[in-house]
Amino acid sequence: MIETNDLSKQFHDFMAVDGVNLSVQGGQILALLGQNGAGKTTTVRMLTALLNPSRGSARVAGYDVVKNGHDVRASVGVLTEQHGLYMRMSALEYLDFFGQVYGLDAPERKKRSDNLLEYFGLMEAAKRRVGEYSKGMCQKLALARAMIHQPGVLLLDEPTSAMDPESARLVRDEIARLKSSSRTIVICSHNLTEVEALADKIAVIYRGKILIQGTLDELKRNVLGSPEYVVKFAEAVDSNFEMPSGVELISRTSNSLKVRVEAAEESNPKLLSMFASKNIPVVALQEETRTLEQVYLKVMAQAKGYEYVQ
Amino acid sequence: MFNKLKPIWLVAKRELRDQLRDWRVLFPMLILTLCFPFLMNEFAKQTVDFLNQYNADLILDRLVPFSILIIGFFPITVSLVVALESFVGEKERGTIEPLLSAPFDDWQLYFGKLLVGVITPLVASYTSILLYLIMVIRLDLTMPSASVLTQLFLLTTAHAFLMVSAAIVISVQSTSVKAANLLASFIVIPVAILMQGEAVMLFWGNEQVLWLGIAGVTIIALLLIRVGIAHFQREYLLGREIDTINLKWMAKTFLLNFTGGASSILDWYKRVLGSALRRILPAVFFVTLIAGISIWASYAWIKDNVAEMIAMATPEDIAELEENISDIGELPDISEIQEHLSAPFLFLNNTRAVALIFLAGMVSFSVLGIMLYMVNIALIGGLYAFLELLGINPFPIFLAGVAPHGIFEIPALMIGSAVVLYFGAVIVTPQAGKSMGEVILELLADWAKIFIGLVVPLLAIAALIEAYISPSLLLSVMG
Repeated sequence: MIETNDLSKQFHDFMAVDGVNLSVQGGQILALLGQNGAGKTTTVRMLTALLNPSRGSARVAGYDVVKNGHDVRASVGVLTEQHGLYMRMSALEYLDFFGQVYGLDAPERKKRSDNLLEYFGLMEAAKRRVGEYSKGMCQKLALARAMIHQPGVLLLDEPTSAMDPESARLVRDEIARLKSSSRTIVICSHNLTEVEALADKIAVIYRGKILIQGTLDELKRNVLGSPEYVVKFAEAVDSNFEMPSGVELISRTSNSLKVRVEAAEESNPKLLSMFASKNIPVVALQEETRTLEQVYLKVMAQAKGYEYVQ
Repeated sequence: MFNKLKPIWLVAKRELRDQLRDWRVLFPMLILTLCFPFLMNEFAKQTVDFLNQYNADLILDRLVPFSILIIGFFPITVSLVVALESFVGEKERGTIEPLLSAPFDDWQLYFGKLLVGVITPLVASYTSILLYLIMVIRLDLTMPSASVLTQLFLLTTAHAFLMVSAAIVISVQSTSVKAANLLASFIVIPVAILMQGEAVMLFWGNEQVLWLGIAGVTIIALLLIRVGIAHFQREYLLGREIDTINLKWMAKTFLLNFTGGASSILDWYKRVLGSALRRILPAVFFVTLIAGISIWASYAWIKDNVAEMIAMATPEDIAELEENISDIGELPDISEIQEHLSAPFLFLNNTRAVALIFLAGMVSFSVLGIMLYMVNIALIGGLYAFLELLGINPFPIFLAGVAPHGIFEIPALMIGSAVVLYFGAVIVTPQAGKSMGEVILELLADWAKIFIGLVVPLLAIAALIEAYISPSLLLSVMG
């Protein structure tokens, strides 16, 4: 579990993180989105008890990040911006070292290292020096390091960057599995498709401040408005009709119209009944696709003060 | 306890393995370890042949200990390479963050790095010394006594800890390996000077002095370790990225601390200087205590030793002394001395002494500064005892010749030295939320406040009294 209250960090005159309030429960994934330098890494570093907050507080896995830094660090697994591997070690030695750091006994270290290396497809290269690894292999090994002690909280900075699609899928599956085992996960990512697929909650950070946060649906509704649907008719329709309550007409052509609905589960059946009562043949009622990218770009446009063009 | 120490060994073991796989560390280490004993042996042979022509037996006796000192030192220089990049190197390679994110305490990480920094060079140094000792036996040179050998091993170990602990302080505070390497001259130059001093001590052959030297090096090394731990902050290892000297920030921080936001000079004296003086109050207590001990020790030493020397002096010794004195020639004209004892001369001389104490203290965590203070203050006890030995009652002389200006000069010296002690104490104490630079600038501001606001005026008054009042009073007392 992660709870932050007015979490802030100031470096001299620069406010890197300003009044961040987050709440992530076990079994939830929070995605932190933002430009480079927005304050994502600083937030993660405060959650790892690497940086002390200038103001506010944070509790990670039940521990205060200032008072119980050691316990916080023992309870989290961190994938840092740079993979930070020791190039003269083999993958096995590397995982064994971090296993010892986290106090695992030798048989357990061996078992977990083997499992992780096997899962990430690194077993064949397990005894090779890390210096000989590709970027993707390094990223997978760094992720294995973050998981070696099976932490309750995972803080992952760009977990699939530099990975091929197959490996990225593997990592996403593993993150989803970890989520299902009640772990608290924070992901910092620029890969919005990945975030859409994984995150339960999303927070957009800009110049240290959280601009918006919530579930994907909440963000879409709050930023882009109520969902829009396209109704396609089997033939050209000329007659006029009044929209049922909760449905707003946006545009219309002879054989289609676009509407915005407040609550689809209530409004859409009413809309279809109305067309049926007027003998207007409907061939499709389809929700307009709205992506996280649209949400993100609109939020950023608003924050920077320019008009968002879809 | 073992569980607390285990992480230290973990950090050290990992890095040790890394070192043993790095030819850039291994190769020079092997060369220095294996080649220097042979080179030194050759040098010793040539020197022995050369000195035998002049029957310089004393130098020959000291040659082997000196060679051991040098042989032991060379492999230690490699420790600088390892220690200098211990933290900043990991930062540059991006490996520091996973390490800092691990459940290590700061001191465990620090001692892990310290341990690995000293293990390799010390193993190399000891190996090198042992190789050389084997050659000494084979060459039938004079083997140093067990006590000197112990001293040399301890000195080598102390050098390693001194250099590594200083290098780690630099490594923690630097933002790049390049900057750390440049700053290494601050280790190399003082250590080179120290080695010269130790060589002199070895050739002098006074074991007692050498023990004091070992104690001094050990104390400085321990203080450096303390400084390293006190200022080891994960935040600063991750936070700072660029090497720039921010003169504007430095000036701003210094001035802000120096002026303390005072609205007038009176406000500055009352509030700003007052609070600085309150901060150094415990240090003032300690320097007063040190003054008492120093005065008593010098008084006792003169009383015991000089009296004994006088008692044991034969008529021949006294005749020789008289002859030596007569060789000096005429004493300088007292009026010439009077010219030199003008108020500006006395003021500048005393100000220079207090400034020197500060400078010496600044580069040695107060140790050298306080030693200079002790020497200065001990003169009082020594002079008092000396006058007593000459059969003169020192009390009226002190009352008339020292006390009038001394009541200003001695407190100035004590306060000036107390700031130095305070400086060292703060440097070796953790200062939460402050970088080492900030701490040093604040301390410099404190020193400047007290020096300009109190010490200099006190010394000026003392100089005026010493130049214009004390001589007359002294003459009237002495008739």
